[in-house]
Amino acid sequence: MEFRSQLGRVRGLGASHEGAHHFWVQRVTGVALVPLLLWFVFAATSMVGADLETFKTWVGTHYNPVLLILLILAMFHHAQLGLQVIIEDYVHSEAIKITSLILTKFAVVLIGVCAIFAVIRMTFGS
Amino acid sequence: MVEFTLPANSKITEGKTFKATGGGNIKSFRVYRWDPDSGETPRIDTFEVDLDKCGPMVLDALIKIKNEIDPTLTFRRSCREGVCGSCSFNIDGTNTLACTKAIDEIKGDVKVYPLPHMPVIKDLVPDLNVPYAQYRSIEPWLQADTQAPTTERLQSPEERDKLDGLWECILCFCCQTSCPSYWWNGDRYLGPAVLLQAYRWIADSRDEATGKRLDDLDDPYRLFRCHTIMNCTNTCPKGLNPGRAIAEIKKALVQRR
Repeated sequence: MEFRSQLGRVRGLGASHEGAHHFWVQRVTGVALVPLLLWFVFAATSMVGADLETFKTWVGTHYNPVLLILLILAMFHHAQLGLQVIIEDYVHSEAIKITSLILTKFAVVLIGVCAIFAVIRMTFGS
Repeated sequence: MVEFTLPANSKITEGKTFKATGGGNIKSFRVYRWDPDSGETPRIDTFEVDLDKCGPMVLDALIKIKNEIDPTLTFRRSCREGVCGSCSFNIDGTNTLACTKAIDEIKGDVKVYPLPHMPVIKDLVPDLNVPYAQYRSIEPWLQADTQAPTTERLQSPEERDKLDGLWECILCFCCQTSCPSYWWNGDRYLGPAVLLQAYRWIADSRDEATGKRLDDLDDPYRLFRCHTIMNCTNTCPKGLNPGRAIAEIKKALVQRR
């Protein structure tokens, strides 16, 4: 039984004053991904059928490792922000929500760091 | 999690059919019925109405049904000309006002349901206490610290133009209850109708509380549950654009960072 007024319930714990940051960073990473993905898809499709050595050499050549790391950073940051929105939308149990938010964040950072490490290794050799 | 199945006792059954007596231009109205005192699950009743003896709008038919066929049919209505916002229902699959929706715009049977995803009080009457409280929470009145002038607070025609497309909102909550984000998170997301009203005060040149209003909206749930689905703008019976108003609030929040 709850006697709390509807207004009290709607005001709840108040505004968190941080939604705009998430919104803006999601847009910025989204904009960054447009040229980075175009470049990557163009480069990757031009290597269709090539062997592993050709690809490894390509990764370490010129500005490619820099752009690849930028692509990985923007993509995984963007993915984390997007996953967070989906979880906040659909998961209504507080416990499951917090757990899945933390786990997805960890997973994205783990995969992202592995990807960056792979680029560094292919650039400088093992 | 999101509920993809209906809660217990809300499976809709086929209800009574009220046949028209005599010929004429017959149209069937399939109307959602639920009586909290009956202990029964909701049902769809079918009313056959002779359109030759009925006004042109869906509300005319509902009033005719209540007057002549079944006086227990319960719904809200008042002005019957699209300014009070009472007779909003889900008609023919879209939220709209029964008083401005012409019957001849609808092919086949006319299906009339309450506004979606709100608790039903009876038949076509939804419980709108939460959206009303949400409207109250955005403090929808002019707030200014400058001492009030002895005459009107002046506004240039250009400043006044910024309120067009906002002041016309009649709070029928057609947009609010058409928004999937509001369905899933209506307890925390303010919804398109309330956010359009919030922007109406943010855009008002006479209001001096813009920053405080933006502070109160800067929240992942209150404002940023809007994912520009645009059902709100599609469904608005007054032709307004709540989606744009929400985008303007987001832009203002980014602008002041």
